[in-house]
Amino acid sequence: MDNILLEIAIGITLLSMVMSMYRFIKGPHKVDRIITLDVLTVSSIALISFIAALLDKMIYLDVALVYGILGFLGVIIVAKYLEKGL
Amino acid sequence: MDQELLNTIGGIVAVLGSGVLLISSLGLIRMPDAYNRIQVGTKASTMGTILSVASLFFFYPGWIGKLIVLVLFVLITNPVSSHVIARAAYHIKVPFSDRTVIDQLKEKKEQDDRRALGRKVRTNKGGE
Repeated sequence: MDNILLEIAIGITLLSMVMSMYRFIKGPHKVDRIITLDVLTVSSIALISFIAALLDKMIYLDVALVYGILGFLGVIIVAKYLEKGL
Repeated sequence: MDQELLNTIGGIVAVLGSGVLLISSLGLIRMPDAYNRIQVGTKASTMGTILSVASLFFFYPGWIGKLIVLVLFVLITNPVSSHVIARAAYHIKVPFSDRTVIDQLKEKKEQDDRRALGRKVRTNKGGE
């Protein structure tokens, strides 16, 4: 389906992800980079859902769910590693 | 309601959700220290993602089951990850910003230490 509002939403989401990358590159501390990783993962769920609506494929929602699980596990593991080592 | 109107409503909700995501990334750039960034990043991105995923319901009402699963997943896991990050940041002593005025966890820990010390002194006296 073609919906101009949906395309605008995809553009704004991509812009916000690019703006978050500033903190990922500059971030003075390791923790800032993990926070940005979390925000990028959650934004990617929204982006993949928009793409699923744009292409009319329901299977992409499963991709978003699995991507969210993987990102969540990654954030938890890296935070635990920072706190007390592996 | 016809599908045209529903599509427009869904598009407006989608743009609102991505706008909240934009605000969260703006806060990620602007906020002064790591704790404020945790606050702004996870809260605003939760709201933005839930709005974005909910907007798909207006386009395809048949997808409701999977959309509810996705919303519940984001709603459950995002506070957990923000809490774990904040805990790790406090334990490895990430510096506060200059404008921080109160650290209640530190006060609580000092109070507990003092209380434990008092109890030890009292039990020693009782032993003699």
